[in-house]
Amino acid sequence: MLAALIIVFREVLEAGLIIGVVLAASRGVEGRGRAVALGVLAGLAGSVLVALFAAEISQAFAGRGQEIFNASVLFLAVIMLTWHVVWMANHAREMTARLKQLGHAVAVGQESVLVLSIAVGAAVMREGSEVVLFLAGIIMQGASNTAALALGSLGGLLLGAAVSAVVYSGLMVVPLKRVFTVTGVLVTLLAAGLAAEAVRQLSNAGLINVLDGTLWDTSWLLGEDSWPGRVLHVLIGYMDRPNGIEVLAYVATVATIFLLAQRVHQRPVTEKAKLHALAASSRRSGVTDRDAA
Amino acid sequence: MRHVSSARPGILNGLILCAAALCALTLAAPLAPAGAAEEAEVTISIKDHKFDPAEIKVPAQKAIKLTVNNLDASAEEFESHPLGVEKVIAGKGSATIRLKPLAKGTYAFVGEYHEETAKGTIIAE
Repeated sequence: MLAALIIVFREVLEAGLIIGVVLAASRGVEGRGRAVALGVLAGLAGSVLVALFAAEISQAFAGRGQEIFNASVLFLAVIMLTWHVVWMANHAREMTARLKQLGHAVAVGQESVLVLSIAVGAAVMREGSEVVLFLAGIIMQGASNTAALALGSLGGLLLGAAVSAVVYSGLMVVPLKRVFTVTGVLVTLLAAGLAAEAVRQLSNAGLINVLDGTLWDTSWLLGEDSWPGRVLHVLIGYMDRPNGIEVLAYVATVATIFLLAQRVHQRPVTEKAKLHALAASSRRSGVTDRDAA
Repeated sequence: MRHVSSARPGILNGLILCAAALCALTLAAPLAPAGAAEEAEVTISIKDHKFDPAEIKVPAQKAIKLTVNNLDASAEEFESHPLGVEKVIAGKGSATIRLKPLAKGTYAFVGEYHEETAKGTIIAE
C-alpha cells in the first residue's frame, strides 16, 4: 500500500507542481481555471491512450520511440510555457493595473488561454501514462491486496494534489505587484528543466551523441531521487549528474525566453519613448520659435 | 483585444524559429547514430517482478545495448538514477536501453513499479 502511495504521489506531484505554477503564473487571466481543467482532462485521456499503446510507441523508431515521443511532448510543453512567459512579460504591467482596478479576472485572447491547456495537458499526459500503467498492473495482478493498493494509490493522488495546492497558495501570497516577475522566473526555470529532460531522453536514445559526459556530481549533496531533489527537479530543473548537452539545453532555454521577453517587452516602450522624444523636441522647437520671435 | 495581441507576431516568429530548430535537431540526429557496431549487447528479462539475471557484467568504456524482455503481463519501469535512465516496458513487451560507455563501477537499477523485488546491478569492468 505504501509503495503504491509513493509511486502515485511521485507522478501526481510532478504534474501537479507544473499545474500549480502555471495557475499562479496566469493569475487574473479570465478562464484560466477552465483552461487548466480542460488540459488535465485532455492529459488524462492522452495518458490512457499512451498507456494502451506503450508497446507500440516503444518499438517505433528501432526501439527509440518512447524517448522520441517523450522528448516531443516535453518540447511541446517548453514551447507553450515559453509563449506564456513572453506573453506575460509583455502584459504584466497592464494586467496588474487592470487587476487592481477591476478586482476580477481580465479577458485575454483565446490563444493565451489555449497555451495553458496544452502545457498542462502535456505535463499530465507524461506523468499520467505511468500512473495508468502502474494501476493497470495492480488490477491485472488481481491479488488479495488490490484494495489496499487502490487505497494507497488514492492516497498518493490526494497527497500529490494537496502539495501542489500548497505551492499554488504559496505563490498566491506573493503581492500582486511582484507576482508576475516571480512566476515568470519560475516558469522559465521550469521550462528549462523540461528542455534539459527532453534532451536527456534523446541522448539516452543515442540520438544526440555530443557533450554527453557528466559535468558534475552533486548526488552526495542533494540526490535527484530524494524528495527535496525531486521537487527541485520539477520546479527549477535541478539535476545531480547532468551531462553537457543537458546543461546547454537548460541555459539555451533560459536565454531564449529571456531574450524573447526582453524584445517583445521593449517594443511598446520604444514607441512610447519615440513619442516622448517627439513631444519634447516639438516643445523645444516651440520654445526656440518664441525666443526667435 | 487589439492591444493585447499587438506583440503576437514577435512571439510567434520567435517560437516558430525555436520549433523549427528543435524539429531540425530531432530529425537530423538519427542521421548520425553512435558507432552501432561497437555496441555490446546484453539481454535480461523480468519475470514475477524480478530481473533475471539481476547482476549484469559489461565491459567498461563501451556502449551497451541492453534489451529487457518483460515476461510479466503487467508493465514495469526500468529506472536507474546513477545511469540517468527511466524507461517503461509494456507487459509482455520488450524495450531497448542504450547506455553510453561506462566508467568502471557498479550501477544499481530497479523496476519502479515493484521496487521491493525488482532490483539489479550493472557491473562495468
